[in-house]
Amino acid sequence: MQPLDDKKIGLLKEKAHDIRVSIIEMLVSAGSGHSAGPLGMADIFSALYFHILKHDPKVPTWPGRDRLVVSNGHICPVLYAAMAHSGYFPVSELLTLRKFGSRLQGHPHRDFLPMLETSSGPLGSGLSQAVGMALADRLDRGKDSGRFFYCVMSDGELDEGQSWEAVLLAGKEKLGNLIAIVDRNNIQIDGFTEDVMPLGSVAHKFESFGWHVEEIDGHNFEAIVESVGRAQAVFDGPSVIVARTIPGKGVSYMERDFKWHGNPPGTAIPGEPDPKEQAKIALHDLRTLDGQIEHE
Amino acid sequence: MTKDLHLNPKLFDKDVEKNATRTGFGHGLVLAGDKNADVVALCADLTESTQMHFFRDKFPARFFEMGVAEQNMASVASGMSAMGKIPFIASYAMFSPGRNWEQIRTTICYNNRHVIIAGSHAGVSVGPDGGSHQALEDIALARVLPRMTVISPCDAIEARKAVLASVDMEGPVYIRLARNKTPVMTTNETPFEIGKAQMFYDSSFPQGRPVGIIATGPLLHKALKVAEQLKKEKISVQVWNFATIKPLDEKALVEIAKNCGAIVTVEEHQIAGGLGSAVSECLAQNFPVPIEFIGVRDQFGQSGTPEELIEHYGLGESNIAEAIKKVISRK
Ligand SMILES: Cc1ncc(C[n+]2csc(CCOP(=O)(O)OP(=O)(O)O)c2C)c(N)n1
Ligand SMILES: [Mg+2]
Repeated sequence: MQPLDDKKIGLLKEKAHDIRVSIIEMLVSAGSGHSAGPLGMADIFSALYFHILKHDPKVPTWPGRDRLVVSNGHICPVLYAAMAHSGYFPVSELLTLRKFGSRLQGHPHRDFLPMLETSSGPLGSGLSQAVGMALADRLDRGKDSGRFFYCVMSDGELDEGQSWEAVLLAGKEKLGNLIAIVDRNNIQIDGFTEDVMPLGSVAHKFESFGWHVEEIDGHNFEAIVESVGRAQAVFDGPSVIVARTIPGKGVSYMERDFKWHGNPPGTAIPGEPDPKEQAKIALHDLRTLDGQIEHE
Repeated sequence: MTKDLHLNPKLFDKDVEKNATRTGFGHGLVLAGDKNADVVALCADLTESTQMHFFRDKFPARFFEMGVAEQNMASVASGMSAMGKIPFIASYAMFSPGRNWEQIRTTICYNNRHVIIAGSHAGVSVGPDGGSHQALEDIALARVLPRMTVISPCDAIEARKAVLASVDMEGPVYIRLARNKTPVMTTNETPFEIGKAQMFYDSSFPQGRPVGIIATGPLLHKALKVAEQLKKEKISVQVWNFATIKPLDEKALVEIAKNCGAIVTVEEHQIAGGLGSAVSECLAQNFPVPIEFIGVRDQFGQSGTPEELIEHYGLGESNIAEAIKKVISRK
C-alpha cells in the first residue's frame, strides 16, 4: 500500500463526496433502499477502492486481487457507487438500482453482477465466507500470498451468533491475511444498538478472541489507511478495524438517526423535512460540506 | 361468489380495499394479547416491518427485542412456552423459519411447544429488496416439520383471524405473511377455521365440469379475477381458498378432484414443496386428476416492482388463465 500524502487525501475526499452524491441520486431514482449505512461508509469505501485494495476494475476477476466481502449487503449503494466511480461499470448505470433487470440488485447478487465476491443481504454470514477464502488462500499459497481478505460488516449483524462463530474460528486459525472492518455506527433497524441489543465494547470482544484490534474515526482518511497498514503488518492473527462512523454522514437530517436506516430521501417520516424537499436538502448539504469538514 | 361466506362485495371492483396480511397479523396480535395474558411477542430487529409494534406499544412488558438473532429467538420462545407462555416470534420468512429452521425443528417442534412463527415478506412481491429477501421456500420448510400447522392467509382480515385461532391451538404454528397491500376479499363475518378449505367462487355452467383452482395467500385474488373473466368464455371454474396448507383439508380436496376432474394450484412459492406438492401428494394417493401448477419454478427472485415480478415468474392472471385451459385439454 502506498503512503498517503495530502494530494491523495484530497482525492479520497473528492471520491467520497462523489460516492455520497451518487448514493442520494440512486436512492431517489429507486424510491426505496438504505441511506444511513451507505452514507456513513462512503469514506471507508473511497479509501478501499481508491487506495487500499489491490484490484483492477478493468479486469475484475484478476486472480491476484484482494478480496472484499461485503457482509452487510443492504449498504450496497455505497459499494455500487464506489465500484462505478473506480471504473467497474458506467456511473450512469447506478440509476438502475433496484429496478427490474438491473445488475444492481436491491441486495448484491452475483447472478446479476458476477464481479462481486459474494451475494449478501441476510446478515451475519459474510465474515464466515471471508474466513473460508482466507483459509483456502493460505492452503494454496502459504501465509505470505501478498493479498488480503477484507470483510466489511455492521454492528447490527454482531447480534447474530454466526458472526461470533467466525470470530472464534479466525482467532483459532490465526488468519493474518484477514482484516474485518466493522461499521460501528450504533444504529440498527429498531433503534440504537445499545438499546436493541447492547454490544458494549466491540473492541474488547474481538480482542478476547485473539484478534488484533484498531479503533478509529471512520471518517478520517489517515486513520483508515494507517489502521489498515498496521493490520496488514500483523502476521500472526486476524485484525479488526472498529470504525466509528456517523450514520447518514453528510446529510443534516439523516445523521445519527436510525429512522434513516432503510428509507430513501423522499420518505414521509414525522419530524423530518418535507419528503419533496429531502433530496434537494441532501444534495445541498453534501455540496456545501464538500468533504471539507474533518472529524478528528 | 359463495353467499354464506360473506365475502367482500367489492371484491372485483377496481378500488377494492387493500391491506397487507402482515398488518392483519399485527392487529390480530394485539387482540390476542388482550384476550390472553400469556401471549408474549419476540422480534428480531424488525418490529415495524413485521407490524409487531402494535403489540409492543400496547404491552411493552410482554414484548422482547431479540436483536438480529433469529436462531436465539426461536429457542428462547421454546423456553418461554415450556413455562406456559404463548410466544409469537416474528421476522422475515427468509430468516424465520429460514435461518433458524433447525432451532424450530428441535427446540420447538421436537419438544411440541406451542410457539407461533410469523414469517413476513414472503414471496416475490417483496419487490425491490431482491431475491435474497424473497422467501419462496418457507411453506416447504414449515410443512415438512412434524406437528407444524401451516397457515397462509389470503388477506389482512384472514390473517387477523389466523392469529386468534392459532392461540387456541396446540403445538407449533407457522403463519405466512406478505409485505404488500393486497385486495381484501373476506369480511369480519367470513367464517375461519384452521384446516378448513372454503369455496369462494363457483361459475359452473350446466354443461361440463368446472376446473378447480386451489389457491393460497393473496394470489387468490388473481385466481378469482381470472375465474370471473373466463365466465365470458363459458369456462366453468371453482376457486378455493386453502388458507391452511397443513393439515390439508383432504376431504374437501378429494371432493374437488371428483367434482372437477382437473385442478390448478396457485401460490407465490416454489412449486417444489409448496401447496402444489401438498395437493399432488394427497390426490396421487386418493384420486389422481390432471394438475397444473402456478408457482415459482426452481428459481430465485430478484429486484423489481411486485407486479413486474409476479408477471416475470409466471404468477399473473394470464398464466392462471393459460393453466386452466391447459388442464382442461388434459382432462
Ligand atoms: C439474518 C437477517 N435478519 C434480519 C435482517 C433484516 N435487517 C436488515 S438490516 C438490519 C439491521 C442491521 O443493523 P446494521 O447492519 O447495523 O444497520 P445500519 O447500521 O447499516 O443501519 C436488519 C435487522 C437481515 N437482513 N438479515
Ligand atoms: Mg449499524
